[in-house]
Amino acid sequence: MSDLTDLTIAAARDFLAKGEVSSRELTEAHIKAMETQRGINAYVTETPGIALERADASDKRRASKDLKGAMDGIPIAVKDLFCTEGVLSTAASHILDGFTPPYESTVTRNLRDAGAVMLGKANMDEFAMGSANVTSHYGSVKNPWGPKDGKDLVPGGSSGGSAAAVAARTCLAATGTDTGGSIRQPASFCGVVGMKPTYGRCSRWGIVAFASSLDQAGPMTRSVEDAAIMLNAMAGHDPKDSTSAPIETPDFTATLGQGVKGLKVGIPAEYRMDGAPDEIEALWRKGTETLKAQGAEIVDVTLPHTKYALPTYYIVAPAEASSNLARYDGVRYGLRVEGGTLDDMYLNTRAEGFGAEVRRRIMIGTYVLSAGYYDAYYLKAQKVRTLIADDFRQAYETCDVILTPTTPSAAFAIGEKEDDPIAMYLNDIFTVPSSLAGLPGISVPAGLDAGGLPLGLQLIAPAFDELTLFRVAETLEEAIGFDAKPEGL
Amino acid sequence: MSYIVQGETGDWEVVCGLEVHAQAISKAKLFSGASVEFGAEPNEQVSLVDAAMPGMLPVINEYAVEQAVKTGLGLNAKINLHSVFERKNYFYADLPQGYQISQYLHPIVGEGTVVLDLEDGSTREIGIERLHMEQDAGKSIHDRDPRRTFIDLNRSGTCLMEIVSKPDIRTPEEAGAYLRKMRSILRYLGTCDGNMEEGSLRCDVNVSVRKVGETDLRTRAEVKNVNSVKFVMQAIEHEAERQIDVYESGGEVVQETRLFDSGKGETRSMRAKEFAHDYRYFPDPDLLPLRLDAAWVAKIEATLPELPDAKKNRFMRDFGLSAYDAGVLVAERETAEYFEAAAEGRDAKQAANWVINNLAGALGKLGLGIGESPVSAAGLGKLLDLIKDGTISSNIAKKVFEAMMETGDDPEAIVEAQGLKQVTDTGAIEAAVDAAIAAGENQVAQYKAGNQKIIGWFVGQVMKATGGKANPQTVNELLRKKLAG
Amino acid sequence: MALDIDKVREVAYLARIRIPEGDLEKLRGELNNIIGWVEQLAEVDTEGVEPMTSVVGGLEAPMRNDAVTDGHCPEKVLANAPELEERFYAVPKVVE
Repeated sequence: MSDLTDLTIAAARDFLAKGEVSSRELTEAHIKAMETQRGINAYVTETPGIALERADASDKRRASKDLKGAMDGIPIAVKDLFCTEGVLSTAASHILDGFTPPYESTVTRNLRDAGAVMLGKANMDEFAMGSANVTSHYGSVKNPWGPKDGKDLVPGGSSGGSAAAVAARTCLAATGTDTGGSIRQPASFCGVVGMKPTYGRCSRWGIVAFASSLDQAGPMTRSVEDAAIMLNAMAGHDPKDSTSAPIETPDFTATLGQGVKGLKVGIPAEYRMDGAPDEIEALWRKGTETLKAQGAEIVDVTLPHTKYALPTYYIVAPAEASSNLARYDGVRYGLRVEGGTLDDMYLNTRAEGFGAEVRRRIMIGTYVLSAGYYDAYYLKAQKVRTLIADDFRQAYETCDVILTPTTPSAAFAIGEKEDDPIAMYLNDIFTVPSSLAGLPGISVPAGLDAGGLPLGLQLIAPAFDELTLFRVAETLEEAIGFDAKPEGL
Repeated sequence: MSYIVQGETGDWEVVCGLEVHAQAISKAKLFSGASVEFGAEPNEQVSLVDAAMPGMLPVINEYAVEQAVKTGLGLNAKINLHSVFERKNYFYADLPQGYQISQYLHPIVGEGTVVLDLEDGSTREIGIERLHMEQDAGKSIHDRDPRRTFIDLNRSGTCLMEIVSKPDIRTPEEAGAYLRKMRSILRYLGTCDGNMEEGSLRCDVNVSVRKVGETDLRTRAEVKNVNSVKFVMQAIEHEAERQIDVYESGGEVVQETRLFDSGKGETRSMRAKEFAHDYRYFPDPDLLPLRLDAAWVAKIEATLPELPDAKKNRFMRDFGLSAYDAGVLVAERETAEYFEAAAEGRDAKQAANWVINNLAGALGKLGLGIGESPVSAAGLGKLLDLIKDGTISSNIAKKVFEAMMETGDDPEAIVEAQGLKQVTDTGAIEAAVDAAIAAGENQVAQYKAGNQKIIGWFVGQVMKATGGKANPQTVNELLRKKLAG
Repeated sequence: MALDIDKVREVAYLARIRIPEGDLEKLRGELNNIIGWVEQLAEVDTEGVEPMTSVVGGLEAPMRNDAVTDGHCPEKVLANAPELEERFYAVPKVVE
């Protein structure tokens, strides 16, 4: 049998089914990997005790032929944005110091109900705000593909801990959340698969909110098939989330292996950015040719409002965040920094509890909603958002799925772009438009840059058409055959 | 009715609008499944949603929406089939989310009207601007500890209907009548219990003044927490005078929030904030727009009870009651129902008199509501029947009624037990009449000399002799006949 | 619409984040950079365009039945409180 930490979920499941390995063995191997890889700082909290308990329970179920689901016995990491019952949940923020939720988020509850084993809580950008995982109160996460030229690299963000944990083989898979690219961008930087479902597919209940109209949980895995298996366990209508889609959850693995013959793949001209590195262009071309060779028809599509997506996002997301984060006030949970008056207590707690980027976004969001500015900023942005969603709707009249690069570059060094927020925001230039439209997207590792760092290609499907998304993604993955690993693994 | 304040610089009129916060009757909160029952232990009726734990989300209570729609229909208002919940952002210790989910640009109910019944029997229409739904905040308790404020979130998330009137109110009396009428309509509808002591009905008053003849509105002050009809009237009087003083001493009224001090009967400015509130309303991204089905609204409309105005008109039309009497009877649904049951098949005016005067007076002395009345509507009806069939006189009926109030017994049983049955046996009465005439030689002489009033003396004698049970009419007839003879 | 120092101070207070006076200028610069950048939206013609209200269109708010299904869990609600007095959250004295 191959290394227990280098399996896909699908392979591990088969080994478990055949009795060649127990969940305890699988889990212990990953606990060990988690320990040896502590240097990358992928976890905020390790929960080996819980993991072994759940692994043993899974083995017991298996022995009595009473399995819970497709994820039974599979060890995974959980982004620290998910509230987990009895386990510290901080969103990587100082302001949630010591917060131990007496409840379990719907998505992690679903995963538990499917038998998954939680290894620990993955590091992330504070409140999921960031594209490099450098804003965590618990320190930066290091990309397992680094260091390069003596410098540690960022894993991307905000689900940087999840991506790094999967890439470093410290878990078989991880949950992530994506608001403007927070699953897909770190997946691309770390050479793993990252999938953001349609807005409304996974319940947001129990996930610390960043921007409610954008936040969506999704799987981060080492194969497209694994992403489909894991999403099967995560997704589903939740009456506790009013924005959860009241529709049936299909079997997301159903279309795997069907190939792309007869499908139309759209190439949006607007994603060809001036000054983008040649290798990004080349990678995109490679993806296009690959799908063409597999029998897909390539069509040009236009998404004219693409260039306005980022500024739209940087109004809408901070506006919602400024309101969502008002509840962190030192009264009912988390950090409190005393002050003489109630106002002083608020001012002190929130100044000390939030990091610089979170403070900046709260300020921006407060400003764009304030009297006299609402129409010019927030309302305007929500109108442009309608136009962006319309662009996609029109494009899907002539194609089934859209192919783009995931990111405009490979991972960069920790410390880079930190003084220039806008340069940092540009990391999400290819992922934000589909987030604004609520569409499902996936990043598939597709090659290495000149420096040997992974790059991903993104596929975007119409709302609730994850089946086409997985189908095309798997074909692309198979045909490209990306098999590079971080050095030393 | 007019309310003019004579100032040094001329005559002023008052312009008021009321914002009524009515707690919708429901079992659970607007966005969570926690109970709304009054009087629980601190933080007992709080869900994780109400405490704004990270990642918690609101889901709308359908019955609360139904209550808001029902109220809108009862106010003759437009029901908006599309409405939007927005967040009103501000920090306060008893506002766990840091925002209140409310409705702003698109409320569930639009314009409507309320008809006031004024003391002089006239009516006046007050416009309703809107009704919107919102969640209530928790409670801050300032007096339990010298250095800490305590927070209880039991009320947090309870559904409120904020009903905003147009600035149509011109006198303190109208404001009082408006609040009474609003309470009456809500209670008829069963959408709010109207209990002002427990805070399920609260009121803010917007007050401005202007010179008689001016058509534009001047700057208004919002007086918060005026939670009784009496206080509303006091607050308006005081606030109007204050504003007139400000203008007449050359100042300007500033737009501000003021607090009503019920002890002093005054309003005072709330602590000035460093910056004005800026609520930064925006549609709540956790909730999709609320869309109502016209057929669903029609179904609710079909279940509306007869409301006070319609009932009043019917009482006037069918029972020939005066506007005043009808108005008094319909103010509370229970009173109206009591009256109708007691009046059924009887003299309605007489029944109305008994309910408005005797019953209301007696209940008032006992501090009881009509629902707790020891005399049931059926009991009062029977009493009226005993008067009608001559079993007892009206005077004896009052005695019987007193006994009914005390014991709750049936009137017939009381009449029987106390031997109060009217004597209609002419033989017995005749004997008493003869005895009276025989005893009153003087009085007979006076009568014959033309003093008709002296007959009262004879009646008194006869009544004394019969224990008040002689039928007064028979007594009168016999006396006149015998004295004439 | 660039922010001046007073506006930055006001926004920081609205958001209840204490910003030391000495940091205001730097923050003002950062915020104005971002605000200046997002203002490119002004060039988009949005005449007659409805603002997005629900992400995946056509859905309306679901509603739940009026039943008591939650609450009665003070131990959960109060478990993480920084300061408790009896069964209340406690905060610095508020003067109204």
